[in-house]
Amino acid sequence: MSTGDGPAVDLVLIRAGVYHDSVGLMGVSRALAALDGVEVAIVAMATELNLGLAGELGFTLPEARPADLLIAIRACDAATADAATGELDRRLTALAGRTAGGGPAEAPPRTTGAAARAHPADVVLVSVPGEHAFAEALDAVEAGLSVMVFSDNVPVAQEIVLKERARLRDVLVMGPDCGTAVIGGTGLGFANVLRPGPVGVVAASGTGAQQVTSLLDLAGAGVSHVLGVGGRDLSAAVGGLSTLRALAALDADPATELIVLISKPPAPEAADTVQRTLTTLATPAITALLDVPGASDLTAAAEAVLRALGLAVPRWPSWLAPAARRRGSALWGIYSGGTLCVEASIIAGRGTFTDYGDDAYTRGRPHPMIDPALRLEALAKVPEGDVALLDVVLGHGADPDPAVTLAPAVADATGRGVAVVVALVGTEGDPQGLHRQAKAFHSAGASVFVSNAHAARHAVALLGDAPESGVGT
Amino acid sequence: MTLSMLQGEPTVITVGAGLLGEALDAQAVPRVDVAWRPPLPGTEEALATVLADPRRVRANEVAAGRLVSARPQLVGVRPAREALDLPPGTFLHAGPPIEWERASGPMRGALIGAMLLEGLAADPEEAERRLAAGEARLDSCHHHRTVGPMAGVVSPSMWVFEVRDAEHGGTAYCSLNEGLGKVLRYGAYGEEVLTRLRWMGEVLGPVLAATLDRAGPLDLRALATQALQMGDELHNRNRAATSLLVRELAPAVVEAAPTHAAEVLRFVNGNDHFYLNAGMAACKVGADAARDVPGSTMVVAMARNGTDFGIQVSGLGDRWFTGPSGVPDGLYLGAYGPQDANPDIGDSTITETAGLGGFAMAAAPAIVRFVGGDVADAVAATRSMYEITLAEHPAYQIPALGFRGTPVGVDVTLVARTGLLPVVNTGIAGRLAGTGQVGAGLVSPPASAFTAALEALAGESRAQIG
Repeated sequence: MSTGDGPAVDLVLIRAGVYHDSVGLMGVSRALAALDGVEVAIVAMATELNLGLAGELGFTLPEARPADLLIAIRACDAATADAATGELDRRLTALAGRTAGGGPAEAPPRTTGAAARAHPADVVLVSVPGEHAFAEALDAVEAGLSVMVFSDNVPVAQEIVLKERARLRDVLVMGPDCGTAVIGGTGLGFANVLRPGPVGVVAASGTGAQQVTSLLDLAGAGVSHVLGVGGRDLSAAVGGLSTLRALAALDADPATELIVLISKPPAPEAADTVQRTLTTLATPAITALLDVPGASDLTAAAEAVLRALGLAVPRWPSWLAPAARRRGSALWGIYSGGTLCVEASIIAGRGTFTDYGDDAYTRGRPHPMIDPALRLEALAKVPEGDVALLDVVLGHGADPDPAVTLAPAVADATGRGVAVVVALVGTEGDPQGLHRQAKAFHSAGASVFVSNAHAARHAVALLGDAPESGVGT
Repeated sequence: MTLSMLQGEPTVITVGAGLLGEALDAQAVPRVDVAWRPPLPGTEEALATVLADPRRVRANEVAAGRLVSARPQLVGVRPAREALDLPPGTFLHAGPPIEWERASGPMRGALIGAMLLEGLAADPEEAERRLAAGEARLDSCHHHRTVGPMAGVVSPSMWVFEVRDAEHGGTAYCSLNEGLGKVLRYGAYGEEVLTRLRWMGEVLGPVLAATLDRAGPLDLRALATQALQMGDELHNRNRAATSLLVRELAPAVVEAAPTHAAEVLRFVNGNDHFYLNAGMAACKVGADAARDVPGSTMVVAMARNGTDFGIQVSGLGDRWFTGPSGVPDGLYLGAYGPQDANPDIGDSTITETAGLGGFAMAAAPAIVRFVGGDVADAVAATRSMYEITLAEHPAYQIPALGFRGTPVGVDVTLVARTGLLPVVNTGIAGRLAGTGQVGAGLVSPPASAFTAALEALAGESRAQIG
């Protein structure tokens, strides 16, 4: 952070009414920060979180609203700050041009409703900020289209309206906060490249579904569809509206021979109807309940599916680091996947677990599967001698090469005596390549597991006080 | 249950993070990307409430259906005192209601002229004094099934077009067009203005009435359809429509009033905007048919009084939602410039309300120079209006867009969501009373009128639905 001779120059700009998505802006921030002489560059929507980040970095901030664009640059001198704003404008223009397809007379549609009127389509993927997602998702339902709502921070009352209308229009609402779906081989959101096959998945958990289907893929079993329903679908308030529809849809789907329901324990109000529906399905179904101490974990669920398909359960691959030099004293779970985080913390039964994909961390900034910044910070803070357990989720939509940023941080950590365990969720077909990523993390000194449950048990075993694991299979 | 999206490889509409769209591109999945922007600031909550209202979709279908199915017929021309039951000393004006104190220059000028025309004052000073003392009763044209261009002042002795909706049975009125330049509707009240108005009352009105007795009713829906295909957008360009009107009426004018036929036809022919007022009444009768549909978020009136820009919404009865009128951006006559311009004024935005005018710009490449643009701008203006409207007009079509129907039926929720405001073509009045027209151009309504209407819709929805 030292800046040569002169004092650093702070440049803070608020541009009212300029909007870009958080991922695009992250790219701009990174490009500016990479300029010579630029210490800090924040280009982000002026949400409370982002203003707070800038404030913590010592920037003096004017009044701004979440709909405004915040630019905060700290450079070694005024000329560098100037150069950075020049680059900023070029990047922002390029960003705006990216979505403006066609000529001036063929402007792109401005709402989902307009898009649906102008073009035949089958499904809508909504990932606008959560407070605006309802309008777009409702457009989809009213146009008779199923919709995946990737956005989080959507009020539950809006979720209920969407799902009730979806029933009337005979479509499916996946989400809100639905991270993954696979529709006939097309991955939406964060999605692994899976071989086609007979398993249809209904999931209230995105990373839960990714773990199970990735393991199935490794074992040679493919999927027909993965239908996400959102983490709240089986709550008392929502009553499983989408779960029931998704189960029925897979039951009617000729490509699906086995249905797997991955969910947290349903609220009692929803449990009965779900149970009733499960018994009426013509297609065999397996239920994997999450977040229940003592219940089966995701890996066990994948194994149950394999057995039901009459397939052998393989030895799940792992790449072990050389034996730890000493026993760790504390466990730090640094996660991007919510379900993976909960699964690991239940198995570990101790330690400090943080899910950086939680709503609280994603308001106004990209998901940690795309933006590793918060997790890099957390990993750097793990004290010497402790154990760090983190997940790395591959697939479309996720960081195109997570090892590039995370592996050096892992190497730093192992270098100062932190034992690092990585749960690597993905397939060989994923753009990032499962084995390539595994090797990169392994070379950085981490132990790598394709099973999150196995990774968690290994992390516990590295702790000095570790009793024999009593959790799981 | 069978989900259609599970059959075959899906085509995806993406809205939001570019990265998730790119992930689909990487899989070679066909997709349509929405150029999404956040809604107008502070509207999230009201939008969610109004969009969730179960009445909305059907209500808007009904309202837009009525608007586009109206069949306006020009049935007659009558004195306002009789047609509108206007007592002496009562004047109608354009836009939402306004008092003398807040009235702009051209509005005051037109009211002064109307006082003189009606013999309620001997000179402009006396007229102004009486108006300032509240001796005249003022009311919005829109409250009387009437519209008026610019100041839109209608006094009892003026004659008005009477247009009936053959589909829904409504009736609407609009004054007769005086021509361009120094005219009452632009706030001029000199002797030439009053002389012309008197002639219009004594000769033009009665002759047109007798003409329509013979030749009427005249199908204005068919006429407007034709005119759009001849290069009019029917707000700032009415040349084709006026020509068609003359062609329809000329023989009957000659038969009905042989001694006045030449001067009447010369007057109508000499004013390219003569059709505008009949067309405005046609738009008004359709928009009124779409009023009072509970739960509908469709705009049924946009109107300016020179101070405020107001809108009315189908699901909200006769309430006005206003914001400050903007100054149009356009071309100026002679030595006039923006400093001479009055804020936007007139009921002629009823044309945009009904899917014409700025919404039909792509039909009128000849007038794009008014707005300093080229033909592509006109096409872009019309295309952008499809984003904020509920329907495409089945009869009013644009040849250059492959005979696509004009965008019609502004939805308050879509304005809030896209931030796109209705494109309005307009004349520009001088800011000083008595000046007249100084130019023409484009103007944007204030966003605050739409956000206020949205809040009211949310309140109404909560009250109805709970």
